[in-house]
Amino acid sequence: MMPTHEINIMEVCGTHTQAFFRFGLDKILPNNLKLISGPGCPVCVSTQDYIDTAIKLTENKDTIVLTFGDMLGVPGTRSTLEKERPKFGNVRVAYSALDSLKIARANPGKKIIFLAVGFETTAPTIALSIMAAKKEKLKNLFFLSSLKLIPPAMDFLVRDKKLNLNGFLCPGHVSAIIGTEPYEFIAKKYKIGCCIAGFEPLDILEGIYLLLQQAIEKKPSVANQYARVVTKNGNIKAKNIMQRVFAVSDASWRGLGGIPKSGLKIKKEFSQFDAEKVFSFKRATPACRSGRGNACLPVRQGQRATKCRCGDILKGLLSPPECQLFAKACNPDNPIGPCMVSSEGACNAYYKYRK
Amino acid sequence: MCLAFPMKIKKVKGEFAQVETGRLTRTVNIQMLPDAKMGDYVIVHAGFAIQRVDPKRARETLKLIDEIH
Repeated sequence: MMPTHEINIMEVCGTHTQAFFRFGLDKILPNNLKLISGPGCPVCVSTQDYIDTAIKLTENKDTIVLTFGDMLGVPGTRSTLEKERPKFGNVRVAYSALDSLKIARANPGKKIIFLAVGFETTAPTIALSIMAAKKEKLKNLFFLSSLKLIPPAMDFLVRDKKLNLNGFLCPGHVSAIIGTEPYEFIAKKYKIGCCIAGFEPLDILEGIYLLLQQAIEKKPSVANQYARVVTKNGNIKAKNIMQRVFAVSDASWRGLGGIPKSGLKIKKEFSQFDAEKVFSFKRATPACRSGRGNACLPVRQGQRATKCRCGDILKGLLSPPECQLFAKACNPDNPIGPCMVSSEGACNAYYKYRK
Repeated sequence: MCLAFPMKIKKVKGEFAQVETGRLTRTVNIQMLPDAKMGDYVIVHAGFAIQRVDPKRARETLKLIDEIH
């Protein structure tokens, strides 16, 4: 069945990245079948600007900044949350957005800011936490959104001729929420196949198989290998919850630049919980009109330039070992870019399983 | 993030449910699954049940995995 020319499939899910290497699937695929790691790690695509803002929030000892663990080591312009932690000891790790409510109740004299980072799997959990905060009339809890949407990022990537993609392996749990329908435009408009897949090794293999079939037969569609969890309409209740609290906005993706309508911001009705409004930050506006603008490379004054290639790695243009810092200056103990920091980052996965 | 695990509902208590897998038990928010009931398998992400697992399809998948091993 296997054609002789190169077939490029991109996955856009950090858990697929990890699973692919952990189960040694790269070793059993034919040489001309490439599974490229895309920007499927929400921590990796959070901008330096977002980290800088979070660090600024820690500079007041009356705040507690609450974050998912992976965010601690992500580099901002000059520092990381981990490095700033000892100053006032006000950076804490949360497993769930609901933890923010407990901490806000337990610390009425402090302002709690939750770093809301994630894709569509996480967005409804943040929305429910914001709704609960409103119901409880909490006055000291805020959320700083860096929530992003996967289909617009796929739209951005599929138009990059350098990538020459033949298919997308779509994220299982994002799709559990959004369903299969949001990917239809990739097959219809761009004639590139999609397959939603689960996370067991057989799931991923079957997903790749279905994509190969679509590419060889030239019949692009949206296949659903993960039908035990994913339906056409996804979780309608979860989608309604997201729409209740969030509005779609333009967003900056580290390494990719500005992507129109690819982020979520908190609606006016819940603005008392929006850290961006309450703390009046001037966030860097995404350069969406031109589609250019790279929020990863340090171009501002006073910044240390690095040879970090996370930007190209997130776009799938480079694999981690092709970055000259990989496994030398940059490793999980001393990460330079976000792709090495996060357990869902491509560099982290390569280092753990392929070094 | 796709980090999420299938777990079985042991008990439903209002907006929350006690879920388990093997020896691990957790309490998760089930507001995204209003019809969730005892015995259902659900995918758990960051303290929330985000979707049900269809038991028939899950059994088919497990059968396939068994065939390989």
